Amino acid sequence: MTATSTAAFDPNLHLQAQTRWRPIEVAFWAATLLPFVLFPNHLVLASQIAITALFALSLDLILGYAGIVSLGHAAFFGLGAYTAGILSKYGFSDPLLGLLAGAAVAGLAGYATSFIIARFRHLPLIMITMGLGFLLLEAANSAEWLTGGSDGLQGVRKGRLFGTIAFDLYGYTAYAYALIVLFVVFLAVRRLINSPFGLSLRGIRENSVRMPAIGAPSRAHIRKIYTISAAIAGIAGAVLTQTTATVSLGVLDFQRSAEIVIILVLGGAGRLYGGLVGAIIFMVARDQFSGIAPQYWYFWIGALLVAVVMLLPNGVLGGLAKLGSRWRGGSS
Amino acid sequence: MSGAALSTQGLDKRFGSLVVASDINLTIPQGVRYALIGPNGAGKTTLINLITGMLRPDAGKILLGDADITAVRPDARVKRGLVRTFQINALFPHLNALEAVTLAVCERRGVAGQWWKPLPAYGEAVDEAYAILRSLLLDADCYRLTRELAYGQQRLLEIALALATRPKVLLLDEPAAGVPREESAGLFTAIAGLSKDITVLFIEHDMDIVFRFARRIIVMVGGRILVEGTPQEIAADARVREVYLGGDAP
Repeated sequence: MTATSTAAFDPNLHLQAQTRWRPIEVAFWAATLLPFVLFPNHLVLASQIAITALFALSLDLILGYAGIVSLGHAAFFGLGAYTAGILSKYGFSDPLLGLLAGAAVAGLAGYATSFIIARFRHLPLIMITMGLGFLLLEAANSAEWLTGGSDGLQGVRKGRLFGTIAFDLYGYTAYAYALIVLFVVFLAVRRLINSPFGLSLRGIRENSVRMPAIGAPSRAHIRKIYTISAAIAGIAGAVLTQTTATVSLGVLDFQRSAEIVIILVLGGAGRLYGGLVGAIIFMVARDQFSGIAPQYWYFWIGALLVAVVMLLPNGVLGGLAKLGSRWRGGSS
Repeated sequence: MSGAALSTQGLDKRFGSLVVASDINLTIPQGVRYALIGPNGAGKTTLINLITGMLRPDAGKILLGDADITAVRPDARVKRGLVRTFQINALFPHLNALEAVTLAVCERRGVAGQWWKPLPAYGEAVDEAYAILRSLLLDADCYRLTRELAYGQQRLLEIALALATRPKVLLLDEPAAGVPREESAGLFTAIAGLSKDITVLFIEHDMDIVFRFARRIIVMVGGRILVEGTPQEIAADARVREVYLGGDAP
């Protein structure tokens, strides 16, 4: 460094500043504890939101950061859900074991399919991920001996956390458990996106053609992040099973794959918190809208989606970020 | 072939009935500045695509040093030191200049797959990227998104990305394309200032620049190499004059 270089121009200090925790982040995580106090009757919903947020976070890694579009991500969510469910049915109901097994099975499936995924982009990729999702759904449907088919998996037991803490009817344990899992995974994901690998992912999203020309093995990077993303989706699925003690074919449904894309785009893809904010908005809106008109609540979700995409092309967080930089007088 | 940094033997490529490369034999010694010229459609960019592996030749061999790299993947060729830039900016629009060059440095250092430690933990890579940007006078704007950079700066960033890979052989596809003439000399001064260990082959249409910065010139016409020689030889060559006076080249 020369004597004239200031802190603002030191590249390492600049990058450190980017990875530092911001007050708004601390405030966000502090606010996730509010439901325990403010909405003790809605903790079940809160746990569902945390699970959906975790699922959206897994999609953000591939869609938001690496630019890999998927309309079949429920496959990995479902694999995690069934793995945890089947394990508990046969007596292995320890939640942490279920989480690890769900992550492992989903991650393995992600790794296996990543060899196909890494070869395609854009529309073909949407078709392939959708196709793989249908394949798995029908496989689960026909494998009644294992999954219970369309009746759902019977005999899922609620385990006890660390062998002592039971899941209660009001969702205290469920929300605390889902929130802790979400937070721990989030910390790992946050590290990942601030790492050299995270930068490589953004490089793939920004210009996949240029990547080989700077010596980057894009496909190897894609296989790696797809595997990680699948494992996280599997964890989300496992938490759903463990907190509800049910697994049905719905966990593998196309609608779940589509909804999670909606949630991520709604919140803002590639922004780390986009999936979390999107999950809150979507799940609360669904809760409220379905109270107004149980049959037609998707009408309002549709309206919300169109409005957000038209007015805030980078999602709710993108809009907020723009507003924030305008307030600070930053030129755009 | 010893002593050649890059050579090709009998490269052929056709798209249907269109012959874009025909029996290309090149031997480029280490450290020499080469210009590749020829009228539009002569196959200059195609040749770079073939050499860097973005296109597969129908026949022929490509050697980097003594190693046959004809079957090597494009990213692995870059790791071996064969690097190109693009005629049309192929950058990362939403990365800032520092991030883009750091990415290339991390790939070269083999840490681009590391996902546990944050980027600042790889301070040497970041410092190296910053030094490259500073050498090309991009340091003051290195925190701006690539898409917000002036066009001339983006052309420099193209070169910065290539330098971050520590090339042995650098293929520059019209590095000054679209840059105003008064600025392009500055850009080539930066290229001329590159380490003498780097072998450079550049495509350029401006003959003043070609004659100023190239020690040897290759002339391509219709997918073939017409002639290769020193600037003086090329200037005196009757066939080259005919191509340029009779053709539509600038």
